[in-house]
Amino acid sequence: MLLTINGIKHEVNADAGASLLSVLRDDLDITGSKYGCGEGACGACTVLVNGSAIRSCITPVSLVAGKEITTIEGLEKNGKLHPVQEAFLKSDAFQCTYCTSGMIMSSVSLLMMNPKPTDADIISAMNGNICRCGTYPRIIKAIKLAAESQNK
Amino acid sequence: MIPEYMSGTVLEELPEEKKEFSFSRRRFFKVFGKGLVVLIVAKDLFSREALAANPASAAIPENQVGAWIHILEDGTVKVFTGKVEVGQNIRTSLSQAVAEELRVPLSSVIMIMGDTDLVPPDGGTIGSRSTPQMGSQLRRAAATARLALIEMAAKNWNADPKSLQANQGMVIDPGANKKMSYGELTKGQQLLLHLSNDVHLAPANEWKVLGKTALKINGDSFVTGKHKFVSDMKVPDMLYGKVLRAPTYLSKLISADIGKAQAIPGVTVVRDGDFIGLVAANPRIAEKAIQMIQAQWDTIGTQPSRTEIFDYLVKNGNPRRSVANDLEQAFASADMRLKNTFHVNYIAHVPLEPRAALARWEDGKLTVWTGTQRPFGVRQELSRTFNVAEDNVRVIVPDTGSAYGGKHSGEAALEAARLSRAVKKPVKLVWTREEEFVWAYFRPAGVIEVDSGIGKDGNIVAWKFHNYNSGPAAIDTQYAISSQENSYIPSKTPLKQGSYRGLASTANVFARESHIADIARLLKKDQLEFRLKNLNDQRLKAVLEAAAKAFGWNSNMQSSGRGYGIACGYDKGGYVATCAEIAINDNKEVKVIRLTEAFECGAIVNPGQLENQIMGAMIQGLGGALFEAVDFADGKILNHRLSLYRVPRFEDVPKIDIVMLNREDLPSAGAGEAAIIGVAPAIRNAILDASGIGLTTLPLLPDSGFSIKI
Repeated sequence: MLLTINGIKHEVNADAGASLLSVLRDDLDITGSKYGCGEGACGACTVLVNGSAIRSCITPVSLVAGKEITTIEGLEKNGKLHPVQEAFLKSDAFQCTYCTSGMIMSSVSLLMMNPKPTDADIISAMNGNICRCGTYPRIIKAIKLAAESQNK
Repeated sequence: MIPEYMSGTVLEELPEEKKEFSFSRRRFFKVFGKGLVVLIVAKDLFSREALAANPASAAIPENQVGAWIHILEDGTVKVFTGKVEVGQNIRTSLSQAVAEELRVPLSSVIMIMGDTDLVPPDGGTIGSRSTPQMGSQLRRAAATARLALIEMAAKNWNADPKSLQANQGMVIDPGANKKMSYGELTKGQQLLLHLSNDVHLAPANEWKVLGKTALKINGDSFVTGKHKFVSDMKVPDMLYGKVLRAPTYLSKLISADIGKAQAIPGVTVVRDGDFIGLVAANPRIAEKAIQMIQAQWDTIGTQPSRTEIFDYLVKNGNPRRSVANDLEQAFASADMRLKNTFHVNYIAHVPLEPRAALARWEDGKLTVWTGTQRPFGVRQELSRTFNVAEDNVRVIVPDTGSAYGGKHSGEAALEAARLSRAVKKPVKLVWTREEEFVWAYFRPAGVIEVDSGIGKDGNIVAWKFHNYNSGPAAIDTQYAISSQENSYIPSKTPLKQGSYRGLASTANVFARESHIADIARLLKKDQLEFRLKNLNDQRLKAVLEAAAKAFGWNSNMQSSGRGYGIACGYDKGGYVATCAEIAINDNKEVKVIRLTEAFECGAIVNPGQLENQIMGAMIQGLGGALFEAVDFADGKILNHRLSLYRVPRFEDVPKIDIVMLNREDLPSAGAGEAAIIGVAPAIRNAILDASGIGLTTLPLLPDSGFSIKI
């Protein structure tokens, strides 16, 4: 099947039921999206499909064939970081950073739908992403910073 | 093989191999390039005696920490240390320590960490020791190097070294308007120096790099997804491993039919005694194949379940008490007596990156990439298990997806190495979340009995504190009590247990601060005043006062449906006080409204990262305080998934205020652990304030009849 990942087409030979996360990581060596739980409960594997955040660990690859898949590796454009990546860096919104890819992808998706989210909007949109190091307040700050810079 | 420190007894500090790092000057410069090296000789690293003599915050004598600083011919500064980065941002703060004393820009410091072939042996990134020990030694080494560079320039220029300065990677002669970069000075040199203990270190109030916020130095590799965690790594010819797991801790393998799995093209099954694993070219095939192994298991013995655990721990306690002679007398003289028994459940670390390892055997030499806090400990485990010399085992730890004390061991490393040796190809093994929950280890459960005698004047005159199983950390009380006995009583544990952020200090401080709150309540005293009156430790009093002030604590706080609690404690060089405000309704639904914490760990090394650590510890502490508990029965973990085991999420985070006290006059201590200890008792005491009910079990909710309101 043909997958479009970060604008590049990849021919993939995998069972229809294989998870998108496994195909990304194990078949294509695109490893920015992480495995954290395998049941869509932690958000570390979050990628965008046609602009919406999905949990790639519970998404069968066959469902996303022909759609636009964006991973953390695809956010940087022309050597310039995405405003959300910039904001996470500036806010030091991580500790071990294992959750960071998923956090950033969920944030990008949130800001596309809601360019000026309130704290409550952020908490509700991001609640499926776990940061075990507990940097949640900094992540909220980073999302607001990214929103500001995008709305300039 | 279960490492000794995980079977039953909880050791706060692990015994470490006593091994001198053989350091050949000629070999060094051949391998690493010419330049100037300052060596911190590793000798008798982290022996128990040395640790006993040197609590985390104390200054340590020469030769206890192994590391070196290498200034290359191009002026690059490379720092070699066995410490590892697991999210605590030690890579950043150790770089700051070196940059400060060497007078170089932070960006010119490169940390080489956690690679047993490249760095000297190290006791592990544990016990909040990296900052007070490695940090202070690296500062001395960097200062030694700075002085040597100045001497070299002075010789070059025939100048008085005292007239020269070092700044921004240059030695400068302001009088003669000359300068020379460190690279120029070290060009062609093969200079090896030992750290000098006599060097002058910049006092904290003169720090230019230390004491300032520096962002995570390799942050961009993470926000782009470029960093390779072990679970992301790939080497040529690599296969993916999978291990057959027993259905319970009590299962013994009788027989296994591996025919169907073996018949899958590309799958090789490996049997080694009771160990059954396999490899495949793709993890999905490996997963499918492992499910096709039909194994017969027998059940051996019994194990207590969660419902019986606390009775079990007490019944199997192995007292080593030495009762103070005057204690019973002191109790007899008391006007009031108060007894409590507290319970603490097992909890799981849940590092977001589960255990992973990539193992490769080449010409009898084993290389394993794995995320562990003890690369040299894991090297030893591998060496013993496979009967190869330690010199032929290399463990490499890339920056790892967290640990919290949960990655002292090398289970995945051993399994990957076993599979790789059998199939003669590199093998990567990534544990599933369920494997991480079931086959790693837990923070110990515990029972704590507290018994106190109080005089009419409000003084505590007698104190008996017995901790079954959870551990001795922070067991000693800072309260002024004339007659006291604090003992840790090891017990038998059905679940594998080990270290955890702060380890037993959370349990001990929870029990102590809850009991203190109950005494203050009995005496109708204000919680803050009572603590201040009975404490002598000025640093602890200072954080209490700072937290109370920032929180707006006053003895008249009363509001319907609200409760206010306070708690304080000390552990591993960190002083902490936490205030909590909770809301409660008639249905006993509790919501934590806000937490205020004051923290002091000496001179602040990096305020931004310190705040991050305190915040993280508080939020992690919320989980163990409110709802985290490992559920188990009949040798099985029942909540072995993230959908079954609740950890704090965005919606669980209350308003958090942090006050950081900067004691520039005191040595810097570690900050990753102690900030966790005040959260549980502060919330417990706030619930007590609101409801009159003093809860005695962690987590506090929901088995107590209280529940959480989001």
